[in-house]
Formats: sequence, structure tokens, C-alpha cells
Amino acid sequence: MPNDTKPLLSVRNLKTSFFQDEGTTKAVDGASFDVAPGKTLGIVGESGCGKSVTAQSILRIVDRPGRIVAGEIVLTRADGSQTDLVKLTPNGREMRSIRGGEIGLVFQEPMTSFSPVHTIGAQLIEAVLLHNAVSKKEARWRGVEALRSVGIPQPERRVDEYSFELSGGLRQRAMIAVALSCDPRLLIADEPTTALDVTTQAQILDLLRKLQQERGMAIMLITHNLGVVAEMADDVVVMYLGRVVEQGNVDDIFHDPKHPYTKALLQSIPSIDSVPRLKLATISGSIPHPFNRPTGCPFHPRCASSIAGRCDTEVPELQAVGEGRKVSCFLYP
Amino acid sequence: MTNGYAGSDKSVLLDVKGLKKYFPIRRGLLQKTVGHVKAVDDVSFVVNRGETLSLVGESGCGKTTTARCILRAITPTAGQVLLSDNGEVVDVATIPKNRLRSLRRQMQMIFQDPFSSLNPRMTLLDIVGEPLLVHGVGDAQERTDRVVEMLRLVGLRPEYMRRYPHAFSGGQRQRIGIARALALNPRLVVADEPVSALDVSVQAQILNLLLELQERLGLTYLFVAHDLSVVKHISERVAVMYVGRIVETAPTEELFACPKHPYTEALLSAVPKPDPRLRSERIVLQGEVADPANTPPGCHFHPRCKYAHAVCREKSPVLEEIAPNHFVSCHRATELSLSGVARSTA
Repeated sequence: MPNDTKPLLSVRNLKTSFFQDEGTTKAVDGASFDVAPGKTLGIVGESGCGKSVTAQSILRIVDRPGRIVAGEIVLTRADGSQTDLVKLTPNGREMRSIRGGEIGLVFQEPMTSFSPVHTIGAQLIEAVLLHNAVSKKEARWRGVEALRSVGIPQPERRVDEYSFELSGGLRQRAMIAVALSCDPRLLIADEPTTALDVTTQAQILDLLRKLQQERGMAIMLITHNLGVVAEMADDVVVMYLGRVVEQGNVDDIFHDPKHPYTKALLQSIPSIDSVPRLKLATISGSIPHPFNRPTGCPFHPRCASSIAGRCDTEVPELQAVGEGRKVSCFLYP
Repeated sequence: MTNGYAGSDKSVLLDVKGLKKYFPIRRGLLQKTVGHVKAVDDVSFVVNRGETLSLVGESGCGKTTTARCILRAITPTAGQVLLSDNGEVVDVATIPKNRLRSLRRQMQMIFQDPFSSLNPRMTLLDIVGEPLLVHGVGDAQERTDRVVEMLRLVGLRPEYMRRYPHAFSGGQRQRIGIARALALNPRLVVADEPVSALDVSVQAQILNLLLELQERLGLTYLFVAHDLSVVKHISERVAVMYVGRIVETAPTEELFACPKHPYTEALLSAVPKPDPRLRSERIVLQGEVADPANTPPGCHFHPRCKYAHAVCREKSPVLEEIAPNHFVSCHRATELSLSGVARSTA
């Protein structure tokens, strides 16, 4: 990441835990990364790695009994000033103006994230009215324009339809329209294409790329699909059990992975252009339950190059290893 | 025969001919039938002993309905499902219900979701032992022995057999589901999206297990999936479905390297490749999948096909063999030159 531009969003040592009767789950345990303005940051990881909770923490919508325990989330505002989102009250005026205003959100499930008893238009107009001082008529016009900009045919008619009348792809487009209706500078997309078929996925990814070029917004793309990250991201953050294990630009991550987890993950995916019926490399074991997190490096019980006496006792810090590259592993001093 | 796989010395295990499944749409007070959802519309293919055939397609294309018709979990509207059973050929689609149970020992299913397909109130012993109990295999001790054997086979520790599914991770649960499916020593295993609910690192373990078991037990797989990378990895032949019909069938490498149907080409191009250096211009299909209740005339794919001619709008193409074992249903199959996925040298 170039040093001359201030990051749009800077997450430092974020820790979010869920306090339940059975014990404390450290969903995010010291994550740090930056989102550069106008760029796409891909956050990859398997289930339980804390990628969605990170997004929820940024938007301050972590459900109880979870809360942010430590860390900073610094957003650079349009006027150049900086705001630490962790210090704001989750439902206060300022946070509400940022959430949905400066930071837009696209969820995974287009079916469940819309209200089934309100029209698409009503939900769009609500978002526009919340963040802008405009008349209802103006808000409706903006809503129709937002639907048009995401490629929904006949937006004047669709605006009065309910979410169940739209197909999965159109629904996800409508979701994006809601997120973009207030011109966010950062769009957080949490698994935006996971529920969609490949051809629809290709349409949505194309749309996101086009909208990013037109508006110059930054995208934080959260996904478990390494193919999607390779196609979309400029920079990549790899997470495992609540920690960032590696980050760097997309080419470095895919062609010169450093962390054993990143390497293993890349080897374990069957690729469409690989030789059929070859045995895949696997990562031994499975992701531990967050209640019994391993001591030391969270990946050490599954790691082939684990150093006994070190990886199981000490937690490696995220350290710079070259230009824009960071790894948290004892193999890299 | 023009609808299947010829010129092979392997014998045919499953021969599906003209399979159709229409679901009626009922409306009004009298529940009059006003139309049909043609979920599966004249599908034919064969599966040879010991091979893996994958059915691929997008949601709603009828791949799961096809699989369920083959197992007679639902009764097909028309067509034949011929399964060879100890040298004798039986039609699963029409066999009387009282003979169906013994036939079901030959064909078992692995389900998609390892969380909802296992009864949370049953122990592993009960779950894996249930098919044996239903089919009256052995006494209690023999069944327990068989369960132990099955758990070992799929890489689970037999000591766990008194535990309940909640104690296991997604990958382990999928292993339990596989053990249950294989307990009766079936010939044909229908796997409906067996890895799509799993994490990437666990997915590889299950795919390896499926390949290994196939080799050891001589299993035949009918693999239903939407993930083309997974399909490429596991199958010998692939059948691509679109709105209830098979549009192309070919040996795996050939289908991926030189697809002959425009839909296959678009599908291959839409898959994001896990390599940022391969970012390329993708074919992004316009519009949406046709409604199986109201299919377009002619070729179902023509409204989205950039190569469509007048004939495509009027006449339905038939599945034709254009190269050995390569069947395509497209009017322009021989004149088009479509691009597939280049094999990386790595």
C-alpha cells in the first residue's frame, strides 16, 4: 500500500468477544489492516475466522452478547478528519449517519435481508430519507435511479415490487442499490455472491467492478471463495481464528504465499484448470471450536512446519516482510 | 444408441432413457391443473460401472430432481431408469413398490447438508446401523461390527460410535453420512452436492475420501454439483443441464478444454479462477435462466445465447454425438469454435 495516501479505514488490534454462559468466544482477536481509498480489499478465511464479525464491528452492529473489547477502527472522513468508530455509541447520531451513509453494506442473503412486507422502493426510499434532506418525491426518484444504475430492467415498475417477486440475482442487485443509494465511500460486501449461481455471480462481480470505477469507492470484500478474491481484490487479508495471518497485494498472496495456512489453503482448492482426479493436498484436522482455541499460534496444531516449544506457546505478531507484505509466523523473522 | 456412451468395454450400470418429471401447477378452488413445471424434460444418459458421472447446472436446472427420480425418491412422469442388478436389468421407474426396497440396497445417497441430514437424537451407531436394520442385515453384534468397519473406512474412530452428531464438525458429519450410505455395500452412490456446505480445507479431505473409496470399493458415482472446479476434480464424464435438459455430455477433460455448447462455454468462463494473473474478459450471460413452467420455444438457451440463429428460436435441438462420446444439443455445434479452460502447466 502506498504511503502517500491516508487509508480510508484503518483497523488496529481489533478484539471482539462474545460473552456467553458457556464461556467467552474471542471471535476477533487482534486484527489489524487498512482499506485504501478506491481499492478493493479482500478478506478471506474459512468459517469461524472472524471475517463477518470484523465487518459487524466496523459498522458497530455486533449482536449481544458480543462487544468490541479493544482496538481502534479509524475512518477518514470526506473532509479529511479522522473518527475512531469504536469510541462512538453504536446507536448514536454520528454512527447512524456513517452506517448506511459513508459505509454501505451488502449482505450474503438477499432473500432474508429485505423485509418481505415492504416494497423494494419503500426500503430504498427509507435509506435515502434517513441520510439526505430531500423530499419524498426526490427520494423516490433517487431510488429509481439507484435501481437503474445497478442494471435492474424497468426500475419504475420494480420499485413497487416486493423482494419475493425478484429473482436471486435481481434481489442482490436491489441490495446493492440500497447500499449505494447514499453514495458510500466504503462498501462492505459480506459474501455478496455466495448464495448465487456462477453465471449470476459473474454478473454481480462485474457490476461491483463497474460501480467502483464510476464512483471511486473502496470495497471491502469478505468471502471464503479464493477465486472471487483473485478476480476482484487489489489487496488481500487472510484470517484464521480471529487473527490476520497474512496480508499483501493479491498477486503476492496467490503467487508467493508466506504463511503455512495461506499456502495450504491455496493447495487444497480444486481448480478448474488443474488435472482431474489427482489427490488434493489437505490441511490435517479441522478448524477448532472457538471455545477451545489452541495456545500460541492458532494454526499450530494443523501446521506442517510448526516449531515445537515456540509455536505452541508464543503468539506470533503480524510483522512486515517486504513491500506492503505482512505475515504473522515465526518462520519469518 | 444415440443418447449415451458407446464404444466402451465397461458395462453399463445405469441407463436413463427419456426421463421426464413434470410438476403440475394447480390454481383456483377446484385445484385445476393450469400448467406444468417441466423440471426434467427428456433426459437420457448412461453411467458405466466404476465411473463418476457429474450432473452440473445452475439452481433450478433439474439436476437434483433427476437424481431423485433415479433413486425413485419421487416417481418420474415418464421415461425409464434401467439399473442392472446382478445381470438382470430392472426399471427403477416402474418397478412395483414391494420390490423397491431390495433394489434400494444397490443405490444409496449422500446428502448435501451434514447438519440437517443426521438425526440429532441418534448416536453414530444408530445412524450408520439404521440401513442395516431396515434391510434386516445380521444380528445386533454383526451390525455393530459393520458400523465399526464403516467408521474406520471413512476415517472416524470407532470409539466415537456412542456419540451424537452434535459432537462432530461439518467434515466429520459428512464422513458419517458417507459411512451410512456405504453400509449396505451399494453399487451406485448418488451424491447430491456432498461438499458444497463444507469449508475449503475440509472439502479437499472429503473429495479425496470419495476418490479413495471409489477405488477401493469399485463404486459408481452419480455426482450432482454446481461447482465446476469440484466437478472437474472428481468426474470422468460430465453432463451439463440447462432448464430440464442435458445440453452437453463429454469426457471431463474434453468438456473443459473444448466445450461445444454455448452454455457450457459461458458456464466455464463464469467460474472465478484462483489466480489474479488470469483475470480475463469473461462471458457474462445477460438475462436470467428460463422459467421451467414457461419455457421459450426452440432451444431453451436461445434468449441468452450470443450465437443464436433463426433456427434456434423455432426448432428444439437434439442431443447428437459430434465426436466420440461427446454429445451436444445445439444446432450450430459443429460450426462454432468455442473456448474452454486452458490447462495450466503447473
